[in-house]
Amino acid sequence: MKVEVRVYPKEGVLDPQGKAIAAALGRLGHQAVRDVRAGKVFFIDVAGADAKAAEADARRMAEELLANTVIEGFDVKVVS
Amino acid sequence: MITEEVIREHNLSDEEYARIQEILGREPNLVELGIFSAMWSEHCSYKSSRIHLKKFPTTGPRVIQGPGENAGVVDIGGGLAVAFKMESHNHPSFIEPYQGAATGVGGILRDVFTMGARPMASLNSLRFGRLDAPRMKHLVDGVVRGIAGYGNCIGIPTLGGETTFHKGYDGNILVNVMNVGIVPSDRIFLGRAEGAGNPVVYVGSKTGRDGIHGATMASEEFAADEASQKRPTVQVGDPFTEKLLMEACLELFRTDAVVGIQDMGAAGLTSSSFEMAGRAGSGVEIDLSKVPVRETGMTPYEIMLSESQERMLLVARRDRLDEVLAIFHKWELDAVEIGRVTDSGRVVLFFEGRIVADLPAAPLSDRAPVYDRPRTPLAPGAGPFRWREEPEPPDYAACLKQILASPNVAEKSWIWTQYDHMVQSNTVQRPGGDAAVMRVKGTTKGIAMKSDVNPFFCAFDPYRGGAIAVAEAARSIAATGARPVAITDCLNFGNPEKPEVMAQFEAAVRGIADACRALEVPVVSGNVSLYNETDGRAIPPTPTVGMVGLMEDVGKHVRVAFRRAGDLVAVLGDTRDELGASEFLRTVRGRDEGPCPEVDLDAEKRLVDLLATLAERGIVASMHDVSDGGLAVALAECAMQGGLGATLSLEPGVRMSAFLFGETTGRAVVSFAPEHEAAARALAKEKGVPFAAAGWVGGDRLTISAGSRAVIDEPVATLTELWRTAFARALESADVL
Amino acid sequence: MRFGIVVFPGSNCDEDCHHVAKDLLGCEADYIWHHDTDLKGADAVILPGGFAYGDYLRAGALARFSPVMESVAAFAKKGGPVLGICNGFQVLLEAGLLPGAMQINRGLRYVCRDVTMRVENDATPFTSLYSKGSLVTMPIGHMEGNYTAPPETLDLLERDGRVVFRYCDREGRPTDAANPNGAARNIAGICNREGNVVGLMPHPDRCAEALLGNDAGVKMFASAVAAMAAR
Repeated sequence: MKVEVRVYPKEGVLDPQGKAIAAALGRLGHQAVRDVRAGKVFFIDVAGADAKAAEADARRMAEELLANTVIEGFDVKVVS
Repeated sequence: MITEEVIREHNLSDEEYARIQEILGREPNLVELGIFSAMWSEHCSYKSSRIHLKKFPTTGPRVIQGPGENAGVVDIGGGLAVAFKMESHNHPSFIEPYQGAATGVGGILRDVFTMGARPMASLNSLRFGRLDAPRMKHLVDGVVRGIAGYGNCIGIPTLGGETTFHKGYDGNILVNVMNVGIVPSDRIFLGRAEGAGNPVVYVGSKTGRDGIHGATMASEEFAADEASQKRPTVQVGDPFTEKLLMEACLELFRTDAVVGIQDMGAAGLTSSSFEMAGRAGSGVEIDLSKVPVRETGMTPYEIMLSESQERMLLVARRDRLDEVLAIFHKWELDAVEIGRVTDSGRVVLFFEGRIVADLPAAPLSDRAPVYDRPRTPLAPGAGPFRWREEPEPPDYAACLKQILASPNVAEKSWIWTQYDHMVQSNTVQRPGGDAAVMRVKGTTKGIAMKSDVNPFFCAFDPYRGGAIAVAEAARSIAATGARPVAITDCLNFGNPEKPEVMAQFEAAVRGIADACRALEVPVVSGNVSLYNETDGRAIPPTPTVGMVGLMEDVGKHVRVAFRRAGDLVAVLGDTRDELGASEFLRTVRGRDEGPCPEVDLDAEKRLVDLLATLAERGIVASMHDVSDGGLAVALAECAMQGGLGATLSLEPGVRMSAFLFGETTGRAVVSFAPEHEAAARALAKEKGVPFAAAGWVGGDRLTISAGSRAVIDEPVATLTELWRTAFARALESADVL
Repeated sequence: MRFGIVVFPGSNCDEDCHHVAKDLLGCEADYIWHHDTDLKGADAVILPGGFAYGDYLRAGALARFSPVMESVAAFAKKGGPVLGICNGFQVLLEAGLLPGAMQINRGLRYVCRDVTMRVENDATPFTSLYSKGSLVTMPIGHMEGNYTAPPETLDLLERDGRVVFRYCDREGRPTDAANPNGAARNIAGICNREGNVVGLMPHPDRCAEALLGNDAGVKMFASAVAAMAAR
């Protein structure tokens, strides 16, 4: 099973990287950009055919390691 | 089937291919052709430069290992030695600046730690085009991040370097990296495959398809649109793995289990296996099926030519193989026996049970082509030199400010605060001084390091420019209180097939060689980077010199900064009527114009001896070499770094602009307590160095008078603000991440 | 007095800490490999700077799973003094031995330079030889030193005096200009509720000798020696 885990800064947590990217986009002429939040995506290949189990597993991975839940949120999607 | 086209794709000429057939007595197969192509590339074979490099003096009482190994080694006494080398990563950095620069750092570290040395300090010498040239801010940002990303992670301090900007580098930037390590002088390891029957072991990262034919790429010119297309050959660095590899190797070297070791750098497994066998006069058999690979379906050709990073080839003692493997496994690294040493004189490669290449080891390097390429005569004295007839500028203080704010002279803390320059806690002189200084723990000794060359000088006179690079490095080293010991070099030039480029190369090498003889500093290692051209335009000749110096008592090191109000200031050396190739002409007058300043190597030697002696006897409070920007800039730097003003009065003897901003060689500025004046003066006389008392340190303004007229009178704080912030401001709009 | 210095594969200030403890202060000092669980009788444990496991995911993220960290947590729980310097501080945060988290510096670049800090808590085993309110200069060298925590956690830290060092200007004011990385409330170092676990971003190990231009950091190690002697 292919699972995608997205990790991103929690709402309200300042994101220096996103801020810099937003400013850069503005300088490049993308005037409509109001805000950017920068995160990471993990593409995980999980053995087995049970989508529910894979999702639960990936959720645990995110909580344990992939995200720092003090400042980061995450969501999990089973892709195939 | 080897066709004309295949031979061309491998950058081999008809004569070179004929020589291959002659050596083998048959046609090579594709794997063998790939091996010849890599080994005979300019990068690996030095085919255009070799006959000239022979002019370098390479021996001396302190030399333990001269050129030809992974790094040079010099004795520093007390059972310790210093291993060091400089290398270029120009082409990869232009294509992908972060990874290009990062893997450059990784490569030079491996060169040093394979000798058995613990890397202690890195330096870098960077040349960029104009900041407003296409991609240039991106390149500056990427290169600096790449050097930082790799060096900081592995925990080797980046202690210094130099960065210059000129339109001559718009199409080809230069990234030269140097590393200095310390090794017990009786435990130096060499790249030799000795002892038939001993196992050949592959260690480190797995082999992927990265960088295939990187060595041949480094031996070609770019066409302008090629930079983007060549991306797939760029290697990606993994500093964490290199850290593991370094610690594992250093642990291994404390045992007697290893016979020889070599980094898989340019041309990867090819150069390491052939060179190790070639140096030892032995042979090796390797089973390529056993090489750890990262991708499926890799062919013997790809495995032999991959330039994946963080890999080593070593030969272990037959009875100690398990111990060797255990050390690498402790550090969670792959370590696999892939073959053994033979006495056949041949490198035989197997893959899935059959022989895929069978070549004689030594002839691959011994019989590599050597070219004495044609050269045109140079005319370094040819003018016109407009500055000689030009009226003086109306406002010297304005000129000084303009020069202090130019990217070449402005403080580069924007760069070096991104480098960890303090890890290992040996940093005595941080970046920003004349040369970096580190202490050697467990001793009273200090090592000074400096990379140097003024490419603007070389552009007008490569012979003098080469000589001045050595002289200036020696002067900078001595200005910290150390004595020069030896150099490494990194010779960056254009296409050697062009007679004018070859003439520049030959002259620069001769200049370096003459200066090394005069100053008694041998060349112990080095690197050549040719074909630095884009669309037929070559870079200015840039023979970078990396010098190492030694001080017996590091507690006596001296800095640039003025230290105390009331100290006296003196200028050492004579100022000639020279403005050619100066920052003043480039920045204030807006043009490149010669000639290159003169150089008097005997006078340089006397000055170096004087500076080191002044420090050793504790006479001076500060010392600073006079170079880019001339005397006014040197004095301003002493004041700005010390946060102290000075009131100085001198007799120019030459036109005022040349006196203030000319870049006459062989000069330094020193300060000392008034009670030391007699001693300083007497020592200068004894060593035969002109000594001119200039004034005193104090107040908060820098005031320079000539005769009775104040030509510069500025608050130090104003100058400092300008000098410290100019570079960051110039880069301000560089978008990051 | 015996210091235990934890060595992750990517630690690179372990020898610097060892040098201060052993060569400069004459204490016993042992390296403790990350796979080991035996702290070798250490009286104080130091988590040194570096890039523990390469830190490609987040600084310190993988280190907290190493066997040695269980022993460090148990040691801390019993009141043993634990100091995390730079990456060591990041590991303590990831391991939950100290509250909060690190983000990338607001300048988005690695920064290596001297900073000035005000001592806010001189009651920990690593700061007892400083005096509260005094200013110290130490070097930093990090990419992720932008300390952050939920506002209620920050308030709690302030209320309980658990901010140990704060970035400030030369007059001792915690200004924004004096903040090198954007850390919340200019926080450079904190401690746990009991005060025995201390983490800070600046490097006392890099400024412990006059030869290197600054010896302000040696007192952090010497404080631990004094604390142990007093026990």
